[in-house]
Amino acid sequence: MTRYILQRLLGMLAVMFTVVTIVFIIVRIAPGDPAAVMLGPDATPADIAALRARLGLDQPLVVQYLFFLGQLIKGDLGQSIFLDMPVTRALAERAEPTFFLTLFSILIASAIALPVGILSAYKRGTLFDQAVTTFAMFAASIPSFWLGLVLIQVFAVRLGWFPVAGYGGPDASFLTRLSHLVLPAVALGVVSSALITRFTRASMLDVLNDDYVRTARSKGMGEFRVVMRHAFKNALIPVLTVIGLTAALLVSGAVVTETVFSLPGVGNLVVSAVLRRDYPVIQGALLVIAAIYVLINFGIDMLYILIDPRVRY
Amino acid sequence: MAAVLSAPSPLTATLPEDVVLRAEDLHTHFIVGERAAKSVDGVTLTVRRGETLAVVGESGSGKSVTSLSIMRLLAHPGRIVAGKILYRMRDGTVVDLATLPEKRMRAIRGKEIAMIFQEPMTSLNPLYTVGDQIMEMIRLHEPLSRHEARRRARQMLELVEIPAAEKRLDQYPHEMSGGMRQRVMIALALSCNPALLIADEPTTALDVTIQAQILDLMRRLQRDIGMSILFITHNLGVVAEIAHEVAVMYAGRVVEQAPVEALFARPRHPYTKGLLACIPNPERDRAADGARLMLNPIPGNVPSVLNLPPGCTYAPRCPLVEPHCEGEAPGLVPAGPGHLSRCFRHELL
Amino acid sequence: MAAVSITPAPRLTTLMLQRKTLAIGLAVILAIALFALLAPLIAPYAPNKLSIVNRLKPPSGTYFFGTDEFGRDIFSRTIYAGRLSLTVGAAATVFACVIGITLGLAAGFFRRADAVIARIIDAMMAFPDILLAIALVAALGPSLTTVIVALGIVYAPRLARIVRASTLVIRELPYVEAARALGVPTWRIMTRHVLRNLVSPILVQATFIFAYAMLAEASLSFLGVGVSPEIPTWGTMIASGRQYVGQADWMTIFPGVAIILSVLSLQLVGDGLRDLLDPRLRKDL
Ligand SMILES: Nc1ncnc2c1ncn2[C@@H]1O[C@H](COP(=O)(O)OP(=O)(O)OP(=O)(O)O)[C@@H](O)[C@H]1O
Ligand SMILES: [Mg+2]
Repeated sequence: MTRYILQRLLGMLAVMFTVVTIVFIIVRIAPGDPAAVMLGPDATPADIAALRARLGLDQPLVVQYLFFLGQLIKGDLGQSIFLDMPVTRALAERAEPTFFLTLFSILIASAIALPVGILSAYKRGTLFDQAVTTFAMFAASIPSFWLGLVLIQVFAVRLGWFPVAGYGGPDASFLTRLSHLVLPAVALGVVSSALITRFTRASMLDVLNDDYVRTARSKGMGEFRVVMRHAFKNALIPVLTVIGLTAALLVSGAVVTETVFSLPGVGNLVVSAVLRRDYPVIQGALLVIAAIYVLINFGIDMLYILIDPRVRY
Repeated sequence: MAAVLSAPSPLTATLPEDVVLRAEDLHTHFIVGERAAKSVDGVTLTVRRGETLAVVGESGSGKSVTSLSIMRLLAHPGRIVAGKILYRMRDGTVVDLATLPEKRMRAIRGKEIAMIFQEPMTSLNPLYTVGDQIMEMIRLHEPLSRHEARRRARQMLELVEIPAAEKRLDQYPHEMSGGMRQRVMIALALSCNPALLIADEPTTALDVTIQAQILDLMRRLQRDIGMSILFITHNLGVVAEIAHEVAVMYAGRVVEQAPVEALFARPRHPYTKGLLACIPNPERDRAADGARLMLNPIPGNVPSVLNLPPGCTYAPRCPLVEPHCEGEAPGLVPAGPGHLSRCFRHELL
Repeated sequence: MAAVSITPAPRLTTLMLQRKTLAIGLAVILAIALFALLAPLIAPYAPNKLSIVNRLKPPSGTYFFGTDEFGRDIFSRTIYAGRLSLTVGAAATVFACVIGITLGLAAGFFRRADAVIARIIDAMMAFPDILLAIALVAALGPSLTTVIVALGIVYAPRLARIVRASTLVIRELPYVEAARALGVPTWRIMTRHVLRNLVSPILVQATFIFAYAMLAEASLSFLGVGVSPEIPTWGTMIASGRQYVGQADWMTIFPGVAIILSVLSLQLVGDGLRDLLDPRLRKDL
């Protein structure tokens, strides 16, 4: 088990390191001088040179890279150019809506996908199964921002059940903030339920014909127990992997959905940073989101230990 | 209507007192689109109380499908399309397992009829301890506390001679060898004292010494508990060792059933005769180098279950075949005391 | 991993049409492509023809899909937008194939390259697709070409992964080893044996990438970080309709339906092709 954990830990660090390097490269392949781009056409050469020095752009690339790594280890993502605050603080201030949006979306997606996927595999080949397969493909074809707009049209503008946009202002109560998250979470949840449904169905199909499932039936237990306790638990590992993957994808779904619903989250921050060429913010957000993805995957690898005794050795 | 339902089952009279299970002209097909694999196509067999019926036959002859039909555990798209499976419950009533509602079937599985599957390596759930899996079965059928169930599970492991039973209870299947897992399967199957045990090649996957131990064990358990056994194998040596009666299957049908001595002494079906000739006989078959054993395989192949010949299914390989055999399928007819044969020409054998 | 025989073309087409979902998917995407191609003939109005008196008109006999805030005909714009959306999707797919196949082959064949490439592939997959695309576009500067390049880079690792995995298997096959032992040059082995066996999985994956790239392009355009807002793509049309939600819903509905139809039909085609070309991959996924 220790070997398994160490192996995963090393794997995670290796991916992290590559991620950091890729981010460094992406931000630096920008053609032209980022300092000049950031300051706009009216900047004087002196201003540009000052900014270059501030950003460390006047150093050779290797030095910049090492400096970048050193800052990262200290937990320093640099200074936002437009927000006049450290990138870490900018990110932290907007973490809440993004966190809850992702959490609720994944809960909604799982609440739809798990039962539907299990039942669909259990009743494979029936009309229900075909309907599920078709629906899953359909849901995967809907742009989440479009679904968001349709939800706004129906539930916010026409019916007035939920607020149209925003996060309720700085003094809003937690409940008000939650009510602002309902529609975006539904939009994201429905779209991402498609992938989880298909995976749940496929992994259930894999295990439903396994010998131990037949053994469970031969003991005389009810179908619900056979399917949930014996089949589903064995299907859980691939399903968990996909749920984790989806959670990470949702973070990027959030980029778009937050824009639709004007939620002041990380996604919104990224979009405005891109529009304003605030490179440190783009770079920081990329790093944090990729790190979250890698961490979620690591967390799932660790969950396997709880589920599968074979991993424990 | 209600009166009819509460009256004793009309089936009860149809089954002799000493018979536990009787399959009558059972047909189980796997239907995919327009094609049907007739895996079981007219199986008739009888298991008597406290006795062992061995079912023998080549690979693919439908032995496993027959036993899964009895348990009603057929994998999709398998279906019992015709026939009866009469079973005498402990309380004496007779039910037809072929048509019994799923809910009542559940009370029978594990408690009345238990099954050991052909695949010992994969038949246990990898995610639960062996103890949990046995206790689950016990607690499904009996109102025992966890603690009591655990004690019973340990006794079961001791019964099948697993050393350090207490410790083994908390192990997972992957920590055990194939032989151990098969013992666990046997312990599991026996844990609710079933009246009938179906054992589908319980020893095939094991090496010879363990095989002998397990056969010995089953024989002893049968004597002690008094259960009936339907024992599936394609090893005639095992049959001689354990069975009271033998049913021989060929291409989805029982072609002969007889007490074991009668069958070995005078098989009344050409297929059985061919099978018996296949048993390695060290004296007769010793090859020149003294090491390799010569077998006398029956020439030809088993017909495909997708496309069975219209008459006797054995006709294409039969040395006694006559034109009549290819047009009409013979029935299972008496061919001696307690001896049934599905051959027009059994007199000749 | 036995050699996959390439089904002769005429039989392949009949087989394709025999599968209902595949046939439907193919019909829909071809119809959409045809509409886009023949836009000047089909569209009743020029896509940029302004008509202030007719602004924000609901769908009617004159304006099938209604008009936008400048009185432009949504129906005509939707058809014209299809040209760009499809082009971006297709071009990004081709680009992804070129990078992905090259990287995958290199990783599968050259042990030393593999360590690096496999790691890069893993790390690239750690970025959510849209986010990575946004960052790349931001770095390269927004334009039609950069969107294509960015999406190509984003989706290349998916192909690289498949190609690498299959290459690792195929290179160990006896006849490939024999060919190598006989001194057949590596690149010939790659094209002759490896790529031929990979045609089906690549085709299937490319179809899905096409679908994802169209979705991603729409997202980028909607966010305003993709192609310039003046160019009509389905994404930019939805973006401009955003202000009129509840007032002129048709501005967002119709381009959205166009995206859904295209992506759905591409996924149907991809699924159908997978079933058809490679029964081993038929994992009900
Ligand atoms: N799930 C299934 N779908 C289709 N055909 C099946 C299925 N299960 C069994 N069959 C067919 O039924 C026939 C009988 O199979 P069965 O498993 O009963 O043979 P068997 O006598 O137990 O053989 P063995 O000695 O190898 O265990 C075979 O031809 C097999 O192909
Ligand atoms: Mg069998």
